[in-house]
This record gives sequence, C-alpha cells and structure tokens, in this order.
Amino acid sequence: MSGKLMDVTINLNGKKVAAEVAPDMSLLAFVRDHGCKSVKCACETTNCGLCTVWLDGRAVLSCAVPMARANGHAVTTLEGLQEQSADFARCMAEEGAEQCGFCSPGLIMNVLAMEREIRERAEAAGEQAYMPTDADMDSYLAGNLCRCTGYTSQRRAIRRYMASRFESAPAPEGAWAGTIVSGEGE
Amino acid sequence: MSMIVTRESERENLTHVGSRAVKRDAAALLSGKPLFTNDLAPADVLSVKILHSPHAFARIRDIDTSRAEKVPGVVAVYTYRDVPDRRFTLAGQSYPEASPYDRLILDRTVRYVGDEVAIVAAENDDAAARALKLIKVDYEVMEPVLDFTKAKNNPIVIHTEDNYHVNGAWINNDRMHNVVASGLSEHGDLDTAFAQADIVVDETYHTLADNQGMMETFRSFAELDAYGRITVTSSTQVPFHVRRMVANALDIPQSRVRVIKPRIGGGFGAKQSGCNEIFCAFVTYKTGRPSKIVYTREETFSSSNSRHEMRMHVRLGAKNDGTIVAIDLYTLSNQGAYGEHGPTTVGLSGHKSLPLYNRALASRFAFDVVYSNTMPAGAYRGYGATQGLFAVESAVNELADRLGMDPCELRLKNLVQEGERLAQYDDNVLYSCGVSACLERAMEMIGWKDKPLRRDLGDRVRALGCALSMQGSAIARIDIGSVDLRLEETGFYTLSIGATDMGTGCDTILAQFAAEALRCDTDRIVVHGVDTDVSPFDTGSYASASTYLTGMAVVKAAEKLIAELRRRAAGFMGVDAADVLFDGDELLAFEPGVLDIDGVEADRPEFTDIDDDIDAIARSYRVAQEAPDAEPVARMALAELANKLVAGGDGDCLTAHAAASSPTSPPPFMSGIAEVDVDKATGKVTVVDYVSVVDCGTVVNENLARVQAEGGIGQGIGMALTEDVQYSDRGRMRTRSFMSYKVPTRLDVPNIRVEFAPSYEPTGPFGAKSIGEVVINTPSPAIASAVAHATGNYVRTLPITPEKALFGE
Repeated sequence: MSGKLMDVTINLNGKKVAAEVAPDMSLLAFVRDHGCKSVKCACETTNCGLCTVWLDGRAVLSCAVPMARANGHAVTTLEGLQEQSADFARCMAEEGAEQCGFCSPGLIMNVLAMEREIRERAEAAGEQAYMPTDADMDSYLAGNLCRCTGYTSQRRAIRRYMASRFESAPAPEGAWAGTIVSGEGE
Repeated sequence: MSMIVTRESERENLTHVGSRAVKRDAAALLSGKPLFTNDLAPADVLSVKILHSPHAFARIRDIDTSRAEKVPGVVAVYTYRDVPDRRFTLAGQSYPEASPYDRLILDRTVRYVGDEVAIVAAENDDAAARALKLIKVDYEVMEPVLDFTKAKNNPIVIHTEDNYHVNGAWINNDRMHNVVASGLSEHGDLDTAFAQADIVVDETYHTLADNQGMMETFRSFAELDAYGRITVTSSTQVPFHVRRMVANALDIPQSRVRVIKPRIGGGFGAKQSGCNEIFCAFVTYKTGRPSKIVYTREETFSSSNSRHEMRMHVRLGAKNDGTIVAIDLYTLSNQGAYGEHGPTTVGLSGHKSLPLYNRALASRFAFDVVYSNTMPAGAYRGYGATQGLFAVESAVNELADRLGMDPCELRLKNLVQEGERLAQYDDNVLYSCGVSACLERAMEMIGWKDKPLRRDLGDRVRALGCALSMQGSAIARIDIGSVDLRLEETGFYTLSIGATDMGTGCDTILAQFAAEALRCDTDRIVVHGVDTDVSPFDTGSYASASTYLTGMAVVKAAEKLIAELRRRAAGFMGVDAADVLFDGDELLAFEPGVLDIDGVEADRPEFTDIDDDIDAIARSYRVAQEAPDAEPVARMALAELANKLVAGGDGDCLTAHAAASSPTSPPPFMSGIAEVDVDKATGKVTVVDYVSVVDCGTVVNENLARVQAEGGIGQGIGMALTEDVQYSDRGRMRTRSFMSYKVPTRLDVPNIRVEFAPSYEPTGPFGAKSIGEVVINTPSPAIASAVAHATGNYVRTLPITPEKALFGE
C-alpha cells in the first residue's frame, strides 16, 4: 500500500457518500464501513459470492472491486433493496432455506440480479421473459456458496419466487414435457 | 435422573410440534440485519492478527518484535514470553474435558505449519498486517512427524512439556509415544465367531481431515465491562465452554469472564473448539481496550481444526447366506498437533457403526489416536461416526458384492431392531428404531427393485449404491441442558436457554416445544440466548443435543410452571390446585373429582433402565387434551393471573427452572441411496439422484429437519467426491482456499430427496431424537459403492477423484 489516499464519491443505496480512502480499498470494506453490514466476506478469493452487491445495477463481487473503480458509480446493497427483496425472502423463509443466514444477502442480490437480467434480455430482444430452468438458475448462481442447505431448499425457494414472477416457458417441440423440477418437499 | 415420558398415541394431537414454523430469526437474517459477531463489534476496537508458524515442528530460539512495535498504530506485540504458563484445551467439552491440556496461548515450541507464534494488536488492520511482517523469529527447525501412520512409537515426540496434563486416566494417554488416547471394547468371542464365517472381508479404509467450511469464519471480540470483567462476543457453539477456555488460558477465575453468542454463520462442529477467542481476550486483558479478531478463510482452513483423518481396518465375517457373524474394527485417528476432541471422536467410529449390526455374534473395536505435526483435528458433524460408517458400510457393501447379494437385502437380514441391547453402545437398550423402514422406503423412492446396480448408458455408466447411518442424541450422563421459563406481565413467556442456535433453528424448535407444553401460540414465547451471565447453563450445541436434551428441559420447565400457575390461581380463586386445569389461556376450576380422569397412567411405556419420575407431565397433558364437559365453577384468565403475579402484595414473579440430562443417547437412523453417473472417458462422478429416509423420532419442524438432512447430504457429497485435503512434503497445507479445496457448488448437488420414517423415542421430548449429525454419514459409503458398481474399482481412500474412479487406487 502506497499510503496515498484518494477522494471517492459513490451513490450508495440512493445516497451520495464521499470519503477519502486508499484507492485499493475494496468496495466490500467500504460499504461495511458505511453501515451496510449485510455484505459479508467469506473467502477473500472471489469464490464464495457472499459479498455480492450491484454496481450500476449489475451484480459484482465487492471484494474484487477497488474503490478507484467504484468511484462515481451507483452501488446497491440489500439494505437498499428491502422492499424489492421481501417476496423472495418470504419464499426462502418458508422453505427454511436461509438456515444460518450468513450467505443469504449475497444470494438474494444475485437472484434479484438474475430476475432483472432475464427481463432486460427479453426486452432487448423484443421477446417475452420466461421462467428460468433449474439448470439456468444453478448456473447463474453457481458462484453463491452455501454450506448449510445442500442447495435443494434454495432451489425450491428460487423456483417458487421465479414462478411468481415469470410465465413458464413453453416446452420446445418434441421435448420431454417434465422438467428436472422434482417438487420434493413442497 | 428424571425423564420426560410422553406417548406415541399423543403425537397426532400435537399442534406446534410437527408444524413447519418459519425460523424466528428468518426475517432479520433475510433482510441482512447486523446480527453476526463482526457486525456488532465496537467501532474503536483494536485489530488483532496472528503470526503463524511456517514450520511443522520448531523451537523458537529468539523472537525480535522491536521493529513491529514501531509500526505506527501498533499497540502491542505478544510472544510466548508474555502468556501464562498454564496448559489448557480448546475442546468445547463438559468439564473435566477428555481432551488433554496441551496448549498455551503461545508456545515456545510450534507444532504445525499455522501454529501461533505471536499476537499483534493495532489500531487498524493495515498496521497489524504490516507489523506481522516485521517480527523476526529465529527457529530451531526440527524433524516433524507428518505421516500419522508412523506417529505411534516414533522417536520424535511431539509433546514433551512438563506441564502437560490429562484429566482422566481412562483415555489411556501415552504422549511420550505420541498417543493421545487408546482403547478397546469387545463383546462375544471374536475367534469363535470368525471361525463360523464362510467369508471375511478384510480391508482398510481412509478418510481425510475434511474442513467444516462454514461460511462465517472464526471471529470474536472482547471488551471490558463496568466491573472490569472480560466480555467475549464469539461465533461459537459452546459459550459456556469458551468461558472456561478463556479463564484457563488467561489463568483468571471464570467469574471474570462473560461470553455472548449472537447469530452464528454455521458451525458444523468447527466452533465446538475455541479458535481465536483466547487471543482477543488476552489482548483486552493486557491493554484494557476492546479488541477483535477475524480469521481469514486461509486461517480458517489452515490454522484452526478439521475432521479427524482416520485409517480404519475392518474385518467383517459372514456366512454365505449373508448373515454377519463377526466384526473387527481398528481405527487409527490422526489428532494433529493438539489434542482437541481426540479421545472422544474416535469412539464414535466404532460405537456408532457397529451397533447397526448388533446381532453379530462378536465384535471388537480397538483404537489409537496419535499426535502428528499437522493441523489439529476437532469436531465436525458426524464426529467420528462419519469415518467409522464409511469403513463399516463400505465393508458391508463389499461383502454383498462378493457374495453376489443385493446390498439392501443383505442389510435387511442383519439390521438391529427395537428392543435390542446394544453391545457396542454402552449396553444401552434401543427404545426406538426405524432403520429397516428407512431403508425399505428409500428403496421404493429410487425404484431399487426395478433398476440394475449398473447400467451402461454409452458414454457413461449409471450405478446405484446404498448405506445406512446412525448417531446419538446428546452424550449420555455428561451433557446437560437447562432453561429458565418466566411468566411475564400480560401472560407471555420468556424462555432463556443456554443452547446455541448456530443457524440450525434450535431457538425456533425450543419455542415450538414450549408452545406445545404451555398450549399457546409460539408468538407468546420469547426465546433468549446465549449470554453466560444470564442464560442457564447448557453444555452447548453439539453431539446432536439441542432438540433432544434442551428440548426435554423446556418441557420439564413448562410443566413445573404450569403446576405453579395452577397452585397460584387456586389460591386466588379459593379452590384446591388439584381441581384447576390450565388450558393455555385460562385457569379453570372444577368441582372436586371432575379432573380425576381414568386411564391416564394406563399406557405408560415400561422401561428397564429409565426412571420416569415426571408423572405430572404426561398426566397434565392428557388432562388438558381431555378437557371435561363439566362447567367450571370458577375461571381466571392467564393474563389476569400474570398481572397479579407481577404486582406487589400477592405477587410472586414466577420462573421455572429445569435441567435435563439423559442416561441414554437414543440413536437416530438414516438411509441413503445414491445414483451416480461415471463418465467413461474422464472418470468424473456425478450424483444424479440421492434419496434418503431419516428416523429422527418425532419430526419437530419438517422444514428445518428436511434442510438439516439435505445440508448434511450436500456436505457428505463433498466429502465423498471433491474435498481433498493435501499437504506439502514439509507439512504445509496446500488446500487453503475455496479454489484448492472444493466444497460443492449448486452445480455439484442434485435435488436431494428426503423423507421421514419417524419412530417414537420415549425418552425424548414428544418422541423426538436428534437429526443434526446422522445426515452426513451415508453419502461417502453409498457413492463409493455406486462407483464400484459402475467401474469395478472400490475406492477406499476418500475423496473419490476421477482418477481413482476410473483406474482404482
């Protein structure tokens, strides 16, 4: 660390926040210092997904974003998405899928980012947005680790939430009508 | 010894027990509220960092901290010279701990790569990190013992210190030969039994020192309270044991230590050992300032504790018809550098595996636990049973294959049944056992009878494998759970517990028990835990104890409180307490005799070993269920009674205290069947389906029980396939991050299918047993068997890497 500081300003959950920080300070450390304790660190190596926040509306791992890069951008954490996340939070709670809850905020940020991305992509293509498949969801969220749940209850919660947001995709011609959704435990 | 006795016939009447109550902290957790240790630390806290040893075995000749101390912001640097010379253990166990007292806060001898050498306290993280690099240590590097199979009787002795201490001779410690503990338990005449065997499977199995991998790493902070006492807030499963560890480490009375447990981001046993509480407590003790230590993931991998690596030699003798006649198990357990949980985990490798085949004519279980210069082992979900069941269940699978028998059918022929006295389980009687039902249902779920064990699918082979598991429910006669239950103004209740919700939901489960016993809504139960200053003593959340043991304490406290409510209401109403019934909302007084219900005692189960002296519970429960038609002669609302009791004059703020301990540790059971694909070209093993049926006694909360099972199976799949602990030839752990140590992602775990086959455990609260640990034990042996069916290669050393699957070991 050089010891030199820089002035940064970000829009954090709709509020302008200015500070003098080391340019290599992580966005993770910064938002936690500014009261956003929902953002967790569990690995320091960009493997766990717990520090997921939105940078200009896109999900990023805040441990890998230096403040020099975040400077001038809009940052959203779960603290800024309380209303928007309530429905998904309910699905998680009803499945017991939060368990210890330490990884939940990062997962919620990424699930809501996925929902948003599905909508935006469909809109850009002029198509209708459809409910993602289990494989789509697993692949999109693969970077969100959880050690408590074995992911199965999270799948149930995410599936329920997405089903409440999107119409099911029509089965492709000749495809097996069933899905890999097993419905166990519901 | 007192036991709660309820009846299976009452289970269908239960309202809150068996519901799918949402975890009471769910809303706060899911909205990201600051609830965890690091969210709660004071702002002006000192940052504490540790210098770890780069050598596996060395003696510190000299240590120079002068340059580190000059770094701006550094407050103190401590070395072995600064700490008390009194040894202790970090094992979170009931006193007197079975684990040897072989640690100091900082020792002049370092015994593994990662061992603590110095403590730095600074005003901020950067200063502490810079100071670490400026500490100059002159090591006298010694030859380490890295291969645990060569540790016993090795000329290199790892613990030679004068003040090493063992609490009990029963562990058979022989540390001058690197033996932490050893033991032997036999039943029957082994030679005679083996003489009757037509076939003997004689194999050695090996499990690694898996990392628990909870998402929240180890962390704690310390501060002084108004009385100069040290308050440690810690992410721990064992607050009361941490109180003892900190006091022992600092050599101060326990009365000067308070431990608070906030929300915990997972534990899985890792946090049943103290890990870094002693360091921040020491800094605060020395400086008087609040201090905080947060371990990195790397430190959590390489400088904390793990599962005990075990090498198990199994000899399994059977007749040609599949009848198992003899089992001989020898377990060698790798303790690593310090003795936490060594003497106890190893026991479960035999005592929680051999009883499945209790009908064998004879069995022998012998073990050694040895020190080595690797990271200390500790507790990890399953606690030795996981290792032992991998060995024994794998041997049973190999037996079936060699005999050409169906592995499920072979098991059904041999399995333990209700009422048996368990030879390798302290001769306990098995009061509840649904293991056969668990297996039969799992077979139906996967379609066992319609599928061959091996199917060629072209580019891959699909195969099936099965395994069974058992565990305990609390440690018999050692663990204790206690609760305080207080009636509050307006008629709600405060339930103070010492049990530690680490994300599993025990706060919710215990509220469900209280609501059931008090016949009220769970919203009227406030649960508070854990603060060692105010919470009643509880040994902690481990050994699958909370639901079973603390649950019993809750039911007992509720019954005591109800008895007191009836007595006090009777006084206010001017009637006899025997004529007062409590229905949850009101206290109803009847004419004398109305409440004498016949047959209440009639269906009491008979026990040979257990005193069932809490008659009142079953009785009052039954009486409430059979509320008489007669009109009460007087009635008093609970709210009115509560308000009167917290007023002066006739007031008597009511609190009921109850503790529970159990003379037995009823085993839950579980079956697991894995369906896997093995890629013919790459050897990659994919679990495509996993079914499991659990007998945890009464299912208290189906959602939470299901997630326990799914989560345990998920961890078990990681252990079976990808979690490969590796050390360099100089003893440095190579797997120090999630990049090199692969825990399963959601791409690696199928939709796990779980059902329940609840037996009724008469010694448990409303028939409940435990579930937390039993669920991790089946994936390794079931997947190993499936891979063997697919490729013909029996992988006996975990994990089952693609190379091993395809080419064998």
